[in-house]
Amino acid sequence: MTDRCEGELLGALKRGDERAYTELVQANTGKMLAVARRILKNDEEAYDATQEAFMQAFKAIGSFQGDAMLSTWLHRITVNACLMRLRHRKRHPETAIEELLPQFDETGHRIESGPAWTEDVVDRLESAQLRKVVRDAIDRLPDNYRTVIVLRDIEGLTTEEAAVALGVRPEAAKMRLHRARQALRTLLAPHFAAEAE
Amino acid sequence: MTSRLTCRELIEFLDDYVEQRLASAERARFDDHLGRCAACRQYLTGYQGTLRAVALASAPDAGAPPEVPDELVAAILASRRAS
Repeated sequence: MTDRCEGELLGALKRGDERAYTELVQANTGKMLAVARRILKNDEEAYDATQEAFMQAFKAIGSFQGDAMLSTWLHRITVNACLMRLRHRKRHPETAIEELLPQFDETGHRIESGPAWTEDVVDRLESAQLRKVVRDAIDRLPDNYRTVIVLRDIEGLTTEEAAVALGVRPEAAKMRLHRARQALRTLLAPHFAAEAE
Repeated sequence: MTSRLTCRELIEFLDDYVEQRLASAERARFDDHLGRCAACRQYLTGYQGTLRAVALASAPDAGAPPEVPDELVAAILASRRAS
C-alpha cells in the first residue's frame, strides 16, 4: 500500500466509512491471526485475541496520528492483546532449560561441544523445510523462553520493547533471550549437523 | 595484562559479540579465545546459524500467504457495526 493510499484509508476510517473498515479487516486479519497463533499456540485463543485487537484498534482509531503504518500499529496491538492473555493464563513456575544449555567444568571450560555445524547448511535447506524445523524447535521451548524469542526474533520487537511487553526489566529479557537462543541452538543442532554429513 | 576469557565467559556475552556491542578491547579478548578454542568456534558457528535460521524462517515472504478465515472477518466486522 502506498503512503497516499494509507493516508486515504486512515482518513476514511476516521470518518467512519464502513467500506474502509472492511478493507482494513480483510487486509490485516490473516497477518494478525498468524502473530496471535505464534504467541498463544492455541487457535481458539488466537481468534479471540485477533478480534480483541481489532476492537481496541477501532476504539483508538480516532486518536491514531498515522505516525506508523496501520499494519505496524495493528501488529503492536495484537502482540499486547496476546501477552495480556498469556498473563491471565494460570502461572507456572519457570521451566528449567539447563539441560539444553552448554555445560562447563569448574574452570569455566566447555565439557562437551556437541555435533558440528557447517557454515552454509541453513542456506542450503529448502525454505518450507527450514521453517518447519525452526518452528517445531521453538515450540519445544518452555513458554517463557518461547515467548521472548517469538517477540524479539520473529515479531521484530527490540529487547526493550519485549521487556515492556513481558513486564520484566530489559536485563532480564536480554538474559532470557540469550538462554532461549542457546537452547534453540541445542534443539536445532541435530538437524543441521545431520544435514552436513 | 587482562586475563584470558573462559568458555563460560565467552558464551555468557555471545549476544553482545555477535550483535557487535562489545568495546574493541573486549572484542579482542573474544577473538583471542576463539583463535585458541575450536569448541567455542564451533559453538559460535552454530549460534550464528541458529540466528540465521530463525531470521530466514520468519521472513515476511516465507511460506504461503496467511490464512484469512471468512468467519473471523465476518465476526470482526459485525462487532464493528454493533459498536
